[in-house]
Amino acid sequence: MTEAVAIENLSVTFTGGSKPVRAVDGVSLSLGQGEVLALLGESGSGKSVTLRSLLRLHPPKRSRMTGSIRVAGRDVLELSPGELADFRGGVVSMIFQEPMLALDPVYTVGAQITEAIRRHEKISAADARKRALALFERVRIPSPDRRLDAYPHEMSGGMRQRAMIALALACRPSVLLADEPTTALDATVQIQILLLLRELQRELGLSIIFVTHDIGVAVEIADRIAVMYAGRVVESGSVRDVIRGPRHPYTRGLLASRVERAQKGDRLETIPGSPPDLTALPPGCAFAPRCSLAAPQCREIVPPLAEVGPAHTAACIRVAETV
Amino acid sequence: MSLSAAIGQTPSPSPVVDAAVVRSPGYWTGVLRRLSRDPVAMTALVVIVLLLLMAIFAPYIAPADPSKGSMLRRLKPIGFPGYPLGADELGRDMLSRLIHGGRLSLLMGVTPVPIAFVIGSLLGITAGYVGGLTNTLIMRTVDVFYAFPSVLLAVALSGALGAGLTNALVSLTLVFVPPIARVAESVTTQVRGLDYIDAARASGAKAGSIIRVHVLGNVLGPIFVYATSLVSVSMILASGLSFLGLGVRPPEPEWGLMLNTLRTAIYTQPMVAALPGVMIFITSIAFNMVSDGLRSAMDVKS
Repeated sequence: MTEAVAIENLSVTFTGGSKPVRAVDGVSLSLGQGEVLALLGESGSGKSVTLRSLLRLHPPKRSRMTGSIRVAGRDVLELSPGELADFRGGVVSMIFQEPMLALDPVYTVGAQITEAIRRHEKISAADARKRALALFERVRIPSPDRRLDAYPHEMSGGMRQRAMIALALACRPSVLLADEPTTALDATVQIQILLLLRELQRELGLSIIFVTHDIGVAVEIADRIAVMYAGRVVESGSVRDVIRGPRHPYTRGLLASRVERAQKGDRLETIPGSPPDLTALPPGCAFAPRCSLAAPQCREIVPPLAEVGPAHTAACIRVAETV
Repeated sequence: MSLSAAIGQTPSPSPVVDAAVVRSPGYWTGVLRRLSRDPVAMTALVVIVLLLLMAIFAPYIAPADPSKGSMLRRLKPIGFPGYPLGADELGRDMLSRLIHGGRLSLLMGVTPVPIAFVIGSLLGITAGYVGGLTNTLIMRTVDVFYAFPSVLLAVALSGALGAGLTNALVSLTLVFVPPIARVAESVTTQVRGLDYIDAARASGAKAGSIIRVHVLGNVLGPIFVYATSLVSVSMILASGLSFLGLGVRPPEPEWGLMLNTLRTAIYTQPMVAALPGVMIFITSIAFNMVSDGLRSAMDVKS
C-alpha cells in the first residue's frame, strides 16, 4: 500500500498566549492510499490540531510546527504560499464540524462550490455548475438542482453536511480530512453521513483522516484507529485490535467508560482525574497521574510507541500488564 | 458593489435544468422584496424620493424667488395670501425657501455618509483582517477622533477649516469615518474567526479572494445598514453647522441656517419659525426608518 500521508515527529506549539502551549508533541502517523484513519481522543488531546496541521491552517505568527508532513510525496511544511493554496482543496480538503458555520451564510451553496471549482480549474461557470450538480447528486441531496440555489440556512443539518462534503470533494482531492463531521448532527443523520462517507471513500479511493471523540463513530468508519492523549499518540492499530485488545491504560479506560456496556443501575466507569495542562506537562508519561498501573518509572521517561502486536503499537512501559 | 457582482456569478440556468423548478432569486432581489413588504420603510422611502425630487426640481416647483424679500411682508403667518407657508424675517416666501433649502440640506446631509462609508470600511476592514500592529495603529487613531462628541468634533473641524460648504462637507465626512471604521473593524474581526473563512482557506482560496468574496460579502451589509442610520445624524449635524454659521452662509436657503435666522421670531411667528425644523425632522426620520427596514430586510435568516 502506498502512503498517502506520512506524518513524522510532528510538534505544534502555540505561542500566542502568555505561555507556549504544546498542543501536538511528536506525533507520527501514516495513512495508506484508500485507508480511513480515526484519530480518537478527548477535547484538547491535539487531534484537531494535528488535522489542521495537514493544511497548515494554524496562524503562522502564533504557532510553530516542527517535524515533517508528507502528502503524496510532498512536504507540506515546505510548500510556498502559492503552492500551499493550490494544495489546499486540490490535494487535501477538509470537512468541518459545524456546517452552518463552515458555509458562508451570504452565498448560495452552489455559488460556494462553483467558486471552489473555478479556483482550482479553468472552466466556465456553467461547467462548474454542472460539476456541482453532479456532486450534489453524488452526496444524495434530494432535488439537487434547486438545492444549489439554496442558502445554508435554508437547509437541514444533515443536508448542510452533505453540501459541505460535496464542497470538499469539488476539486477531486485524494485526502479528505474530517473534523468531527457528525458531532453536530443527530443520531439518525449521523449514521447516514457516515455511510455516505464510507461509500464515497470506496468509490473514489479517498484516504480519510477522521477526527472524533466517539468510539462508536470511529468503529463505524475507520480501518485504523490512533488514540491521542495530551498531544501524543498513545496507541494505534487496526480497529479490531484496538477495540478488542486495547493495550494502553488510557485506551482501556476510554473503552471501559462506554455507556453501551453498562447495565441499568450500574455506575459508569470513569478515568479518575482530568487531562493535564498542556503548558506544564508532567515529565514522564502524560497519563501517569491518572493511571492505575503507573510505576515510579512512568513519571520519569516518556514511553515510546512500541510494537505490541502486528501493526499495533502502544506507548506504555507496562504493556506487559495489559494483555 | 462586489457583493452583488459575486452573487451575479451564480450561473444562469443550464440547459439540463428542469424548467418547472423555481429558482431562488438573488440576494438583492430578496432584500428588495422583503423591503417592499415593509409598509413603514416603503412610506419613508416614498418621502425620501419626494424630498429628492423636490430638491432637484426646486426652481420649477417653488412658487416664488427664494431670495426676493419684501420689507412690508415680514414674518407673515402661515396661509397669508400669496405666502402659503408664511414669510420669513425678510419677507421671503417660506415655501419657496423650504423647497430650495432642501437642495443644500440634503446635499450636506447625504454626501458625507457614502464618502465616510468608503473610507471607514476600508480602514476598518483592513484593521480587522490584518490585525496585530496594523489594527492597533488604525483603531487607536480612530479612537482619538471617537473620544470627542460628534457635534463638538464637527464644529471644531469646520471651525478650524473655516466656514463654507466644502469645509463643512469635509468635516462631516471626518466625523463619520471613526464610527464606521469601528463597526467595520468589529464585524470583520468577528467574521475572520469564523469557520467559513478557515473553510475557504482549506479549499485553497487566497487572502485576496477571501477578503473580496467572503469577508466583504458578510461585512458590507451590517456596515451599510449602520451607515444609512448615520444619514439622519448627518442631516442634523449639517443643519447644526449652518445654524452656527459654519456651513452655508446667508442668503442661501438651507434648513439649519433658516432655523437660525428665524429663531428671533420664535415669539412672534412660532409656527413659521419651526418649519425648517419640521423639514429636518421629517427627512431624518424618513432616513432612519428606511435604515431600520433595510436592517431587517438584509437579514437573510429572518
